[in-house]
Amino acid sequence: MTHVGVVGAGVMGAGVAQNLARHGHPVVLVDSDPHALTRARETIDRDCRMSRFLGGPDLDAEEVLGRITTSEDLAALADTEVVIENITESWDLKKDLYPRLDAAVRADAVFVANTSAIPITRLASLTRRPRRFVGVHFMNPVPMKPAVEIIPGEHTSAEALATVRALLDSIGKKAIPVNDACGFVSNRVLMLTVNEAAFLVHEGVADAATVDEVFRSCFGHPMGPLETADLIGVDTILHSVEVLHDHFADSKYRPCPLLKRMTDAGHHGRKTGRGFYTYDGAAAPANP
Amino acid sequence: MAQDVRAEVRQFITGRFPQITLDDDQDIFALGFVNSLFAMELVMFVEQRLGVRVPNDELRRENFSSVTAIAALVDRVGTGTEAPAG
Ligand SMILES: NC(=O)c1ccc[n+]([C@@H]2O[C@H](COP(=O)([O-])OP(=O)(O)OC[C@H]3O[C@@H](n4cnc5c(N)ncnc54)[C@H](O)[C@@H]3O)[C@@H](O)[C@H]2O)c1
Repeated sequence: MTHVGVVGAGVMGAGVAQNLARHGHPVVLVDSDPHALTRARETIDRDCRMSRFLGGPDLDAEEVLGRITTSEDLAALADTEVVIENITESWDLKKDLYPRLDAAVRADAVFVANTSAIPITRLASLTRRPRRFVGVHFMNPVPMKPAVEIIPGEHTSAEALATVRALLDSIGKKAIPVNDACGFVSNRVLMLTVNEAAFLVHEGVADAATVDEVFRSCFGHPMGPLETADLIGVDTILHSVEVLHDHFADSKYRPCPLLKRMTDAGHHGRKTGRGFYTYDGAAAPANP
Repeated sequence: MAQDVRAEVRQFITGRFPQITLDDDQDIFALGFVNSLFAMELVMFVEQRLGVRVPNDELRRENFSSVTAIAALVDRVGTGTEAPAG
């Protein structure tokens, strides 16, 4: 078993922590927002309870939660062997976090960045351990998705890569290697698709349900791009498109104004109860 | 009471999938649009909006497969929104 730290207890951090703990790894889950930690525990409890109903294994929520300790303090991560970072997709926030994380965690631990689009080499440059720094792009919902992208940075050592591959293997994730680039393979394509789908709604070409219906019924996709946006988080979509736009300095990544308006309005999708669709009574947190 | 539950559940489902017409005995899992995320939302909806906690052994697909099945489940495990708290 590996002693794993998980930083950021939002949509992804909660899923990553649950997935690790249910495979027996002890987890320290850290978030600067205590409410996020409470919500993460509730989400994990609910997901374990529902696991069998949704076609997964029988999970004992108490046992899974028993392997997860939570803290608001990075110092709680001091002795962890691998730290998986899942904080908000913002260069400024990550730039502020990594040097502090680097100082708080033992020097031989491997860092894993779970980002939607930020290049791994760039994130690694914020630490003194670029050799022990690996990108893993987890898919959402983490416990239900069988594969991830694994991305070595410019300086990543074979040893660090092997450590992370073994950890992923132990939680049943197939790791698909891709090279370091903004958005990797998945989000270079997906974020543009979602952004363009938002433009269709913005311009009145079709409403969200119709856009999604075209993808589901015509292309046989299990979910349309705007349902997917609500699952990922509309704010996270916007941030990722902005990262692509900044990085490539290419206007083809111009973010749709509708995504900006929705983000400003707090219509972030499932996690806030409203996005392109509304989720009354659903998996949304209790605060407005 | 039972009518209210049925109406609320029907409204919840058609609110999310406006393109379908739904009758109460239809197996919604057979309609092809119910993925596991929506199945989970249905459970959350029943628990939060209708004020019941579904015991673990009642968390089964067949209990959520139609409006009628959900109404029967709510009847069995709880008394609905008008019940006093606790
Ligand atoms: N949502 C997805 O589908 C998805 C998929 C793959 C990767 N990602 C990436 O994962 C990361 C997290 O995304 P998310 O959807 O979970 O976001 P989220 O908004 O749900 O959660 C982010 C969490 O980070 C916390 N946080 C922010 N700054 C912090 C700090 N300095 N220290 C500790 N905690 C801090 C916030 O309080 C919040 O709880 C992002 O980089 C995102 O791009 C997201």
